[in-house]
Parts: sequence; structure tokens; C-alpha cells
Amino acid sequence: MNIMSETAAEKVLEKKMNEISYKMIGEAVSVYYGDKRALYDVGLKVRENTVTALIGPSGCGKSTFLRTLNRMNDTIEGCRVTGRIVLDGDDIYDPSIDVVELRARVGMVFQKPNPFPKSIYENVSYGPRIHGLARTKADMDAVVETSLQRAGLWNEVKDRLHESGTGLSGGQQQRLCIARAVAVSPEVILMDEPCSALDPIATAKIEELIHELRANFTIVIVTHSMQQAARVSQRTAMFHLGNLVEENDTDKMFTNPDDQRTQDYIMGRFG
Amino acid sequence: MSETSTTPPMTAIGISAAPARRDIGLGRRYAAERRFRLYGMAAIGFGLLFLFLLLFSVVSKGYTAFQQSMITIPVEFSEQVLDRNNERAANPQKLMTANYPIIARDALARQLGVTEGDRATLREISGMISDSVRAQLRDIVVADPSVIGTTRDVTFLAHGNLDSAFKGQIDLSVDEKNRKVSDRQVGWMNQLAESGVLAKHFNTGLFTNGASSRPEAAGVGVALIGSLYMMLIVLVLSLPIGVAASIYLEEFAPKNRLTDLIEVNINNLAAVPSIVYGLLGLAVFINFAGLPRSAAIVGGLVLTLMTLPTIIIATRAALKAVPPSIRSAALGLGASKMQTVFHHVLPLAMPGILTGTIIGLAHALGETAPLLLIGMVAFVADVPGTPLDPATALPVQIYMWANEAERAFVERTSGAIIVLLIFLILMNVGAILLRRRFERRW
Amino acid sequence: MNSPHIASAYDEELKYLTRRISEMGGTAEQMVADSVRALVSTDAALAQKVISEDVILDEAERQINEKAIVTIARRQPVAADLREIMGAIRIAAELERVGDLGKNTAKRVFAVQSAGIPRALARGLEHLAELALMQLKEVLDVYATRSAEKAKAIRERDDEIDAIYTSLFRELLTYMMEDPRNITPCTHLLFCAKNIERIGDHATNIAETIYYMTTGSQPEGDRPKDDNTTSLVAGVADSTA
Repeated sequence: MNIMSETAAEKVLEKKMNEISYKMIGEAVSVYYGDKRALYDVGLKVRENTVTALIGPSGCGKSTFLRTLNRMNDTIEGCRVTGRIVLDGDDIYDPSIDVVELRARVGMVFQKPNPFPKSIYENVSYGPRIHGLARTKADMDAVVETSLQRAGLWNEVKDRLHESGTGLSGGQQQRLCIARAVAVSPEVILMDEPCSALDPIATAKIEELIHELRANFTIVIVTHSMQQAARVSQRTAMFHLGNLVEENDTDKMFTNPDDQRTQDYIMGRFG
Repeated sequence: MSETSTTPPMTAIGISAAPARRDIGLGRRYAAERRFRLYGMAAIGFGLLFLFLLLFSVVSKGYTAFQQSMITIPVEFSEQVLDRNNERAANPQKLMTANYPIIARDALARQLGVTEGDRATLREISGMISDSVRAQLRDIVVADPSVIGTTRDVTFLAHGNLDSAFKGQIDLSVDEKNRKVSDRQVGWMNQLAESGVLAKHFNTGLFTNGASSRPEAAGVGVALIGSLYMMLIVLVLSLPIGVAASIYLEEFAPKNRLTDLIEVNINNLAAVPSIVYGLLGLAVFINFAGLPRSAAIVGGLVLTLMTLPTIIIATRAALKAVPPSIRSAALGLGASKMQTVFHHVLPLAMPGILTGTIIGLAHALGETAPLLLIGMVAFVADVPGTPLDPATALPVQIYMWANEAERAFVERTSGAIIVLLIFLILMNVGAILLRRRFERRW
Repeated sequence: MNSPHIASAYDEELKYLTRRISEMGGTAEQMVADSVRALVSTDAALAQKVISEDVILDEAERQINEKAIVTIARRQPVAADLREIMGAIRIAAELERVGDLGKNTAKRVFAVQSAGIPRALARGLEHLAELALMQLKEVLDVYATRSAEKAKAIRERDDEIDAIYTSLFRELLTYMMEDPRNITPCTHLLFCAKNIERIGDHATNIAETIYYMTTGSQPEGDRPKDDNTTSLVAGVADSTA
């Protein structure tokens, strides 16, 4: 019967989902800021074409972990990372890996929308330009258009590509930043609280965008809002005091988490 | 039960009971604010008053320097006087040494109708003409010897004292013996002025002439060129060096004891008295490196040293003011450190850097003390062709003129100050325009 | 429905719930119809099929509840969305009960098999089932269209079923009084009639839920009741029969 075939189809889908390929694997990752230890032996596997949300109270190390994934921590004075982080089999902290190349593969979107104070076109074309990804003007135009389309911004800005990116609204700016990250064709996109500066509608638009981007990119998102993690992610990792408390399917995490601390945190009963 | 007795009845808590007005010191607070505003306005008023006084005193004394009394009369280039024995073909030196002031004096005497006078009269007539007439007439004759024996109209400078008298700067009520112009000269002056022979013209000489002991012929030309050379040298040297140093310190250098030490020292250097830089320049550039004394290049180098800390501090502040989010954005896209700085950070810091640079330049432009030590306080009459030639600078010129005794130099001192101020205003306008041009929102 | 959500996945989840409810409704309807057919024609095989199908409804209800809970956890629904999801949970429970009632009816087929069912009674049961099924079918259609008006109308029609049920009750009482050997099959039939009547009640409940989902307010007033069996006694039944 109808219902039977439905469940059968779901079983097949589930089986397919079980054949997981991991895009990035962190093994025993510890981070020190000077003498202070910020992360304790975090082991987290990031699945391909999946949105993984990192949640936890302030100062729990979720942003720190995110920043180890594209070595943005390198820019912080006195920051030291131990353990291994593997991207498609390459240890990204290996001396043979160039950080510039890594960041072209693992893009990042930040908390505050931070478009360059240049035109929308220049914002998007900057990454491809410095990496030499588009040879001709026509190529570049195409890259800019597809990136803006992917970020759901093309229809809003196609008539004013040469106006300043800072003249857009907050939500549009953040989508411009996503377009800018997408333009480099990274494999992984890291997002550090991408909606914390936006109003609910702009937030919803970004979340929908994240949902769509999942088809082509692996996404890791840090968020203060558990609800946002619930809405956008398939996997959720909960951090607390520099430890990874639990990593689970988002559905499971928000209905019946395994760890008591996760339960307390998501229910708002954190002591 | 005791609880209910202490609780006020419901009506007291209800809407009907208006809360008692509490004394939260509003009156005091507003009074304090009013007082503070008053202090502020008084401070600004005080500042404006002094600015006004300064400008008033400078302009009121100096505006006359931009006009100069000139005498225009037909001058007979008498062969009798210039070359009595007609030996100019054989001896070119003859025309150089001829007695040109005599023909000017004779021309003026004719103009005044004094046909024959004693030596005293003639000396008084001579006293109305600037000594610069000698060089002026000589140049005419040397350029075109055929002029000898003819008569042509020549405009030449009145003597400084006559100029002062004509501008009304000499008090004619004092006893004739105690002033620089005699009654007879004043009479002649009025007579010349009535016939239009003596008139005030715009003083181009002020901008083109070099130093001169005759105030009517003295100008800031040499000082302007010298200052211009120095500014160019300071700009060309200190901007790239300062910006490079700041970018390295701010963006690339590791933060450790050494860079801390360097930072402290740069801040200290900005506070070092300028005369110390002069001594340094004297020791290093002139005595050690053997560069020419009094030259604009040495002045420029010394001022560069003095300006560098200012530019470095301003540039570092400007770089620090660029939001870190811009750096993160570029780094997150995979830009290298260098690309991040040069594509994004530097353009955003540019308005601040330019402001700092122009403030530094303006500071250098007005600097006098170090230039005194490296010999730029010299009497330079000829316009310097290169920065290696002796030159003076505007503030030094002002300093030198301020030391002169003659009345005509007083107005020139103020005139030079006005020129310097205009120079500074132009630079500040330039700074504002550049800042507007580069300013971007982020 | 209204304009789509910005989050398209949210719409997908809501659509999934609606679809699964409709499917459940279809299955429950089929089960009830089959069970009555099995009872009337004393078809044990068909009855067995109905009994085995109940698992599907149980499973569907479980899945709908799970999806609804996950959706609540993930989307924090409010207003119409919240009512939609709460309604889905409630309707799924009602339909599951309908399925259970069908299953219970089917189970009784084996008990009445040997005795057989009198024609008149069978017709009465069929008529009752027809009405109840129509009620169920209409309410499922209303679920698809979300018409508050129709939902209200269905709710007010429950008295018809109650009336037939009352008359059937009397009839069965009469049979039992005539011949004590009828007591066993008639008791079973009485339960079957009660089951079918309950299905009508569940349909009414669903209609109320739909009304609430659409308008956000509970339907006003008591639902009309014409089920007088609670006050019936044998003597009275006798006199009226």
C-alpha cells in the first residue's frame, strides 16, 4: 500500500544517509591561548554536504574550534593548536599545507557582515581575482553572477553591481559576504554566528540560504541560538568549557539528547 | 497577622496613590551641566579671541607689504653720465660700473622741477629713490646698450622710508630731525602723488626677490623656493619610510619586548625638541656626510627626521582604526597578509595617513630652530636652482626680518607671516580634499 | 494555505504531516469499510486482513508524532503553524483510534461467525456504517480543504448516527429478549454498533480539531447528541419495539 512504499522509500534514504563520508575530521584538538587552554581534546567529524551546528554557552570553545578549521587562529598572537585536523585526508596543520590555499578551500563568513567598502562586484570578484580563478572579464562576470545567485542576492543587486557593498541592508550585506565566500568555490564554508547581527526576517533568509547551500558545500556553523541550530543543521555538536559534550543528529539532539548537560543547556536550565 | 497590620491598605498601593516626588537632585544636575557648557563656551570664546587678535595684528600690519610705492618717470639715459668717453665698446665693464643712480636722481629732479640744487637737495632727492634702481637701470642698459642717449619711461621703487611715509606709517608730527623723511621730501612726495608719478602697485617683488638689506627690494622668493624644496624632500622621504615602518610594526612585526621598545622610542622621538634634530643634522649631514651648509637638502633631511615619528604615529593610529573585521574578511578569503594590507587595510587607512602626513608637513614647514643650526639663516639673494644651493625658509626669513630695525621691514615680517599662513591653509585644504577623496564608509 | 515560509524545509515538513494524515485517513476509512463488510458477510479472511492492517496506522501515528515533535523542536512553530502541528498530532490519534475500532469490529467477526447475523440487523449495521464512513470521508475532505464552515456542518450532523445507533440498540435488545441464545452474538453486534457509532464521534472530534486549526478558536456550544441508549431499559425498548 501507499504507506508501505513510503516507509520503504524512507528506509532506502536512511540507508543512503548511513553511507557517511567525512569532509573534515578533528582528532584530539586542543587549543591554547598562551597559558590558557581553550579546547580539550576535541574529536569531531564533519560530514560532507551536511550542516553541522556548534552550540554551547559563551566561552565554551565553539568559535575557537571553528577557527581551527581554517587556521584563522594563526592570526591570534600566542595561539597554539595541538592534535590533528584532517581535510580530505590532508592534515591542515602540516607544514606542507599552505594556509592561503587552505582558506581558499575552507571559506569563512563572520559574525558581523563585513563587506569590503568597495562595489558589490568587487566584493564578490576579489577572491577569484587573487586566486586567479577567472581568466577573462566574461569569466569573472559569470562567477560573480552565479555566486550572487547562489547567495540569493542576484535579483536584488543585479542593477547596482557597481554600487558600494556597504550600502546594502544588514541581511543583504551578510548574503554578500556569503556570495563572496562562495565565489572562491570552497569545499567547506565556516560560519561564525552569521545571523547574530540581523533581524528575524534577514535571519530566516540566511538560514534558508544555508539550507540550499548544503547541496554543494559542507557547512559548519557556530550559533548562540539553539533554535537556529535546530532549524538549519543536520548534525549538532554541543561544547561546554572547552570540551565536546555531545555530537548527534540535530533531531535527536533537540528531542532526546544523550547527555544531561546538553539537555540542561537546550532546555535553558543551565546551572 | 502582624504582617497584615504592617501592609498598607490596598488603596495606598493602587493607582489612586500618586507616588511622592523624590528629590533626585535634578536641579543640581542641570545646574552642573549648564555650568559646564558655560566653561566650554568661555574656553572656545577665549581661543577665538586670541586667534582673532593674532590674525588682526598680523593682517593689519602686513597687508601693506603686498603693495609697494613706485615712481614712474621718463629717464634720460644720458651718455654724458653713463659713458662720457664712449669706451663701452672697448670695455664692457664700463656699463656695469656706471653711475646709474645719478640718472634716476636727475630724472626725478627734473620731474620735481628742481633744475639746479645744492648737494643737500640732491641728496634728499636721491633719498627718495631705492638703491635697487642701480641694478634695474643697469640691467636695462646692458640688455640693450642702444638705449643710451635716449629717454624712456621707467618705473622704479621708491625708497623704503618714502614708501613708509607714503603708506602713512611715519608719524609726521614728530620733529623733522627725529624722522627718516624730511619735510621737503614729504612735500615732493605729495607733489609726485598728485601728478600720478608716485603710486602704489602690487608688490610682485615680495614673492620673487631674495634677501636684501633694502626693505623695499627684499622678498620671500628664496625662502618660498627653499621651503618648497624642503617640503618636497620631506614628503618624498618621510611618507614612504614612515608608512612602511608603521605597516611593518603594526601588521607584521611580532609583539615582543623589542617592538615595544621601538614603539616607546618612536613616541619619545616625537617629543624631542626640534633643536636637537638641528644639532643632529649639523653633526651627521654637514660635518660627517659633507653636504653643503645652508642647503635645502640638509634642511629637508633634518625635517624628515623630525616628521617621521609624527607620520609613524598617525599612520599606526590610522591602521589600528581599520576594523579587524576587514582583515578577517580578506584573510578568510585566502588573501595573503601582504594582499590583505595593501588591498584593504591601507586604502582604508589612507585618509588618516594623509591627515597625519600633512599635519607633519605643516609642522615641518613652520619649524625654525633646526634650520638655524644648519645654516639656513644665511643672507641669500639669489633664487636657488637646486636643493643643493643655499636657501632660506619662510619661518627663518620671518625670524630674520623680525630682527631688522627699519619700519618697512615690520610690514614685510607680517607680510611673510601672511604668506606662511596661506601656505599652511592651502596644505590643510589639500589634506581635507584628499581625505574626502579617500574617505569610505565601512 | 498561506504564502510559503522563508525556510522551504519548514513547508516541506508541514506538507509531510498533511500528506501522512490524509494517507492515514484513507487507510482508516478502508479498514472500517472492510471490517463492516467482513462482519456482514462473516468473511474471516477479510477480517484477518483488517486486523493485520492496524499496525500500519499505529506506525503512521508514531511517525507523525515523531515528525511533529521534531518540527516543534526545530522550528518553534507559532500561530497557524503551531495549530497545524498540534492538530496533526490530535487527528493522527483520532484516526488511530478509528483504526482500532475497525480492528475491534473485525475481531468480533470470528465470534458471530457460527451464529450468523439476521438480515435486518445486518442492514441496520450497514446503514450505520455507511453514515459513519460518510462522516469520516467528508471530514477528511474538509481536512484537505480546511474549510471551517464545512467542519462546523459535519460536527452538527452527528445526531443522525446517534439516532440510528439508538434504534439499532433497541432492536438488539429485542432480539436478546426473544431468545437467550441470541445474547452472545447480539452482545458482539452491540459492541460493533457501538464501535461504528464511536467512529462517528471521532469524525466529529476531527472536525472540531480542523475548525480549531483553521480559525484558532474552539467551536461554540455543545455538540448535538441524539444517543439516548444510556437511558434505555429493556422494558422501554420492549414497548417501543
